[in-house]
Amino acid sequence: MAVAEPAAGIQFLLTAFAFAALVWSFATSDFSLRVVTLNSHSAKPMLYKISGTWGNHEGSMLLWVLIVTLFGAMAAWFGGGLPPALKARVLAVQSAIAVAFFAFILFTSNPFLRLAVPPFDGQDLNPLLQDPGLAFHPPFLYLGYVGLSMAFSFAVAALIEGRVDAAWGRWVRPWTLAAWIFLTIGIALGSWWAYYELGWGGFWFWDPVENASFMPWLLAAALLHSSIVVEKREALKSWTILLAILAFGFSLIGTFIVRSGLLTSVHAFANDPERGVFILIILGVFTGGALTLFAARAQVMEAKGVFSVVSRESALVLNNILLAVGSFVVFFGTLWPIVAEMFFDRKLSVGAPFFNAAFTPFMVVLGLALPIGAILPWKRGKLARAAYSLRFAFFLALALAMLVWAMQTGRSALGPVGLFLGAWITFGAFVDLWSRTGRTGKFARVLRLPRADWGKAVAHTGLGVTMFAIAGLMAWEVEDIRVTRIGESFQVGGFTLTLDAVERVPGPNYFSTMATVRLEKDGRQVALLHPEKREYPVSRMPTTEAAIDYRFLRDVYVVIGDRQDDGGWTMRTYIKPFANWIWAGSLLMAIGGLLSLSDRRFRVAAGARKAPTGGVPAE
Amino acid sequence: MKRLIVILSLFAAPLWAVQPDEVLDDPALESRARELSKELRCLVCRNESIDESNADLARDLRLLLRERLVAGDSDTQAIDYIVDRYGEYVLLKPTTSGANWLLWLAGPLMLLTAAGMGWAFVRNRSTATTSAEEALSTDEQERLRRILGE
Repeated sequence: MAVAEPAAGIQFLLTAFAFAALVWSFATSDFSLRVVTLNSHSAKPMLYKISGTWGNHEGSMLLWVLIVTLFGAMAAWFGGGLPPALKARVLAVQSAIAVAFFAFILFTSNPFLRLAVPPFDGQDLNPLLQDPGLAFHPPFLYLGYVGLSMAFSFAVAALIEGRVDAAWGRWVRPWTLAAWIFLTIGIALGSWWAYYELGWGGFWFWDPVENASFMPWLLAAALLHSSIVVEKREALKSWTILLAILAFGFSLIGTFIVRSGLLTSVHAFANDPERGVFILIILGVFTGGALTLFAARAQVMEAKGVFSVVSRESALVLNNILLAVGSFVVFFGTLWPIVAEMFFDRKLSVGAPFFNAAFTPFMVVLGLALPIGAILPWKRGKLARAAYSLRFAFFLALALAMLVWAMQTGRSALGPVGLFLGAWITFGAFVDLWSRTGRTGKFARVLRLPRADWGKAVAHTGLGVTMFAIAGLMAWEVEDIRVTRIGESFQVGGFTLTLDAVERVPGPNYFSTMATVRLEKDGRQVALLHPEKREYPVSRMPTTEAAIDYRFLRDVYVVIGDRQDDGGWTMRTYIKPFANWIWAGSLLMAIGGLLSLSDRRFRVAAGARKAPTGGVPAE
Repeated sequence: MKRLIVILSLFAAPLWAVQPDEVLDDPALESRARELSKELRCLVCRNESIDESNADLARDLRLLLRERLVAGDSDTQAIDYIVDRYGEYVLLKPTTSGANWLLWLAGPLMLLTAAGMGWAFVRNRSTATTSAEEALSTDEQERLRRILGE
C-alpha cells in the first residue's frame, strides 16, 4: 500500500515530461511530428502554438491523462490526513483510470507519430480556435471533467471499504468543489468565446458538446450539495456515492461524445469510430464496474441522521432531484436523435427550442425554492418562519419585477420573471447571511462568519445574477441588419452608428477587412469600434471578429459583413443588455466555490492530529 | 476537420445569416419569420438554426419561409410546408408524434419518480426516531454526563 504514493507521483512526473515534450515540439514547430504538421504553422503567434498542443485530438487526450495523474499526485502528496488504506485505494482507482487512457492514447491516438518526410510548413490550426478565450477553455474544462475522477475514486474506494461517514464527506467535498469551480470557469470561458467570436452574440447553443460539459456540471453541483448532507448529518450516503459515480460517468460520456464525433458539432475534431468504441469500453468498464459494486454494497451504508420533512436536509434532497432530473433531460435530449434513428428509423433533430422548453422549468423551480431551502435550519424547521425572514427579499424582488413589467409594456414575460428570480435569489442570500449574525446588526459578525457561509452566499448570488442576465439578454435584445455606405449613419436603440471607413489590414497569419464604426449617444462619441472579417490563407477559412463596446448595463455588438454590389457593406448591430452579467455571475459562482474551498474545516479536520489539505491549489 | 475546411471553403465569400435584402417590409410578418426560423434547422450545418446560419441552403429556406408567410400561410401551415419538403429533420423542436412522446415525457416522468423516491426517503427519515445515533451506549452516556456536568 505504501507503494501507491510514490507511484502516483512518478506517474504524474513522467506524464508531465511527455506532455512537456509535446508542448516543446509545438513551440519549436517540429514538423516531423504528424500532429504538429496537421495543427500548427510557423507563422502562428506563440500563444496559439502552445495552445495548439491541446487544440487537437491526440494532444488533448494527453492533457486529459496528465490531469488525471496530476489529481492522483495531489492526493498522494497532500492527502496526509487520509487513512492509509483508503488513500491507497483512492490512488489505485485513480491510476487505473489513467492506465485506461494511456492505453487509449497508445493504441488509437499516439501524438508522437513521426512523418517520414517532414513538410516545410504546417497546415495551421483551425482559425476559430486561435483565440485567447479558447486557448484556456479546454484546460479548465478538463481540470473540471477530470477532477470529478477524484470524487469517483473516493466513491469506489469507500465502496470497497464499505464505509461512508462524515469524514468521507469532508474528504471528498474539496475535490468535488475544485472540479466544479474549474468546470464553471471552463464553461463560462467557452460561452464567452462563442459570444464574441461566432459573430452573432449567441452564448449557449445546446450543442451536444456543450451539453457534454453541462451535464457533469449539473451533477457536480448536486454532488456538492449532497456531500454537505453526508458531512454534517450522515444521511444521503448511498445517493452521494451514486452521484459521484454518475458525475464522472457523465464526464466520460462527454469525452466520448466529443472524441467519437458520434454527434457531430462545431467542436468535434475527431471523426474516428475506433476511438469512440475504445472510450465506450472504458466508460462501460468503469461506470459499469462502479455501479455493480454500488449495487452490491449500497445497503451497508445506512443513514444515521434523522430530520423532519421541513428541514435543510429535505431542501437539499429537492435541490438534488431538480439538478439530477434536469441533467437527465439534457442527456435524453442530446442522445434522442441517435435513439430515434436506431430504433424508430426517424431522422430528427433536437435543438435549442426543445431544451429551452424542457429544461428551463427545472431551473425556475430551483430558483424559486433556493432561498427558502438555504435559510431552513438543519434537522427541523418551520416554513412560516423561513417565509417570515424572507418577506422583504420576496416583496422587493416582486416590486422590481412589477416595475419592469410596467416599463416594458407588452413585451414577453421572460424579462420580469428572470429579474424576479435573480433578485429573489440575491436578496435571499443577503438575508441568509444577515440571519446568521443573529440579527444583532453587528456588521463585524458578518465578517467573522465561516468562509463556507460566505461561499454559499456568493455562489448563490452568482446563480441569481446569471439567471437574470440570461433572461434579460434574451428578452430585451435589439437587433438591426442593414446595408450601409461609408460615411452613412443610422440609429439603433438610442445609439447613432456611423461607418467611417473600411480598410484592408494584414495580421500575423491572416488578412483582415477592418471597418471603423463611430458609436455616438446624444451627440457624444461613446466608442470607436473596429469589427473585422479575417481570412486565413493557410487554412482558407474566414472568421468574423465582432467589435463590442462592453459596458456595465449593455454591450453594443457590431459585425461587418460583405461588400454589396452598390458599394455598401452589410452591417449587423445588436444592443445586448446585461450580457456581461452572465459571465460575471459565473465568476461569482466560481469565487463562491473558492471561498467555500478555503474554509477552515477542510484544512483543520476536527479530531485529526495532522492537518490534511484536501484541496488543490486553485489558481 | 479537413472535411469542415472543404465545406467552409465552398463558401468562398461567406454569406451572412439574415441578409438585409431578405427582410420583409411588414415588421409583424418579419418578426414572425424570425421566430419561426429559429425553430428550423439548417440542413447542412451542425446544430444551427437557419436564423443563425451562413449557408446558402439556410438562405433558401429563409426565403421560402418568408414566401409562404407573404402568401398568407399561418405559422403551422408554413412549418408544415417546409417539413413536407425537407422532412422532420428540419425541426429543432421535435413534434410529440409517435415515439417522440418519450422524449417529451422523459423529464416529467423522471421528476415524478424522483419526487416520489425523495418523498419516501424524507418521510422515512422523519419517522425513524430511534436510530443508532440516539441510542447511546452506557459509556457514551457516562461521558455525556461528565461533559454536561462540567
